[in-house]
Amino acid sequence: MPILAVIGFFQLLVLRAPLPDAVGVLAGLVLVVFGLTLFVYGLELGLFPIGESMAYAFARKGSLAWLLGFAFALGFATTIAEPALIAVAGEAARTAVQEGTIPDTLDARAFYALELRAVVALAVGTAIVLGVVRILKGWPLHYLIIGGYVLALCMTSFAPDEIIGIAYDAGGVTTSTITVPLVTALGVGLASSIRGRNPALDGFGLIAFASLTPMIFVLAFGMVV
Amino acid sequence: MDIIGALLDTLRNTLLDVAPIAAVIFGFQFLVIRRRIPNMARFLVGFLCVILGLCFFLVGLELALFPLGRAMAEQLTHVEFLYGADAALDAVTYHWSHYYWVYLFALAIGFSAVLVEPAVIAVAIKANEVSGGAINVLGLRLAIALGVGVGITIGTFRIVTGGELLYYIIAGYAVVVVQTFFTPRQMIPIAYDSGGVSTSTVTVPLVAALGLGLASSIPGRSPLLDGFGLIAFAVLFPIITVMTYAQLARAWERRSDRTRPPDREES
Repeated sequence: MPILAVIGFFQLLVLRAPLPDAVGVLAGLVLVVFGLTLFVYGLELGLFPIGESMAYAFARKGSLAWLLGFAFALGFATTIAEPALIAVAGEAARTAVQEGTIPDTLDARAFYALELRAVVALAVGTAIVLGVVRILKGWPLHYLIIGGYVLALCMTSFAPDEIIGIAYDAGGVTTSTITVPLVTALGVGLASSIRGRNPALDGFGLIAFASLTPMIFVLAFGMVV
Repeated sequence: MDIIGALLDTLRNTLLDVAPIAAVIFGFQFLVIRRRIPNMARFLVGFLCVILGLCFFLVGLELALFPLGRAMAEQLTHVEFLYGADAALDAVTYHWSHYYWVYLFALAIGFSAVLVEPAVIAVAIKANEVSGGAINVLGLRLAIALGVGVGITIGTFRIVTGGELLYYIIAGYAVVVVQTFFTPRQMIPIAYDSGGVSTSTVTVPLVAALGLGLASSIPGRSPLLDGFGLIAFAVLFPIITVMTYAQLARAWERRSDRTRPPDREES
């Protein structure tokens, strides 16, 4: 376990303090290794196949509207309930109160946090839709992503200061451990069921969109509010 | 310590987290596709394994590593550790070179946290499958981990020196744009994805603790403005290292024709 080595090294040699609660640490390590093994096993058995089989099914059905609807629903649903996002949104609401953007009442804060979560979830839903359209059309990924980042950087200079850090972080926190395998399998499945698409070249890239669009959406949100 | 209680608690939270995803999948499966899922039992067992595995993993982390990691991030950034117990707060001249232990810790913790990140493992497995084995699972994970480690180190340097986040990010993306033109086309999407997947269950709490601790121990830094933003570095730098990995792998292949790509990268 590399993390343990790092922590042990710093704890013993740099801070010169003994490891507290060695039994608990050991029990925790056993759980971590066991849990990770189980996770990877379940990944191959459950998440990868379901993502791919749904991609095939939609491709066979040939209904673009349903496919895009599914893509949006998947992105939106996985993000709105994401614990990391809930934490960041709460933090953001507190900053907004300090900056005087919103009044300091419980209602206003809860509403602001919920708005922010909805904005990010909307962004991820849009991202997956955009990514799926890209796979269908076969557009090169890097032009879209680079264009997106240029847009985000331009918007940064106009957005209020306190939203910038949150906007940049929002891109990172939206991609959770269960979403990533599902979305990756969906992309690879789609790319391999459409003729003329290369799974490596076209199947990946959905996650890249999902970490880009929340930045843009949250920056826009900060400019509007 | 009440492991069973912690397990049940985490299980409930994970189930709440998974519920909307499951609802979307089953909703579309039954209402739109209207076809029975092939190997339904196998799929359910797999789903169960993922949820249970994630639970054990999270409880284990909470038990073994998170408290220590967080405490250490606080201790290492504490004024007493950096300047000795008797140093008066305002008399000290702050200089970025005093923080060498913090940089080293940032590098090490970023690197090792990503190595155990489940989402990174998932993408590496898929990339390996899709490329027909050309992309090494461990190699990709090491490249992403190195990227996050370096990214967070530069991020802590920025918090210490107080530079503008925007300039660092612009410089980083400039490197990404230039590198994109020299990277084998097949690897570009995987590289772009690796930025997003590296910031997940394990990495975010540890990195956030480091950033907040650092920002609150240095006078003139606001934890809210400067403490956040470390994640942005952790998203940016894996893109660069994975592209570097791809370039090195290709160069290696060309030199020694048909040998396998290297497992490690040096940079």
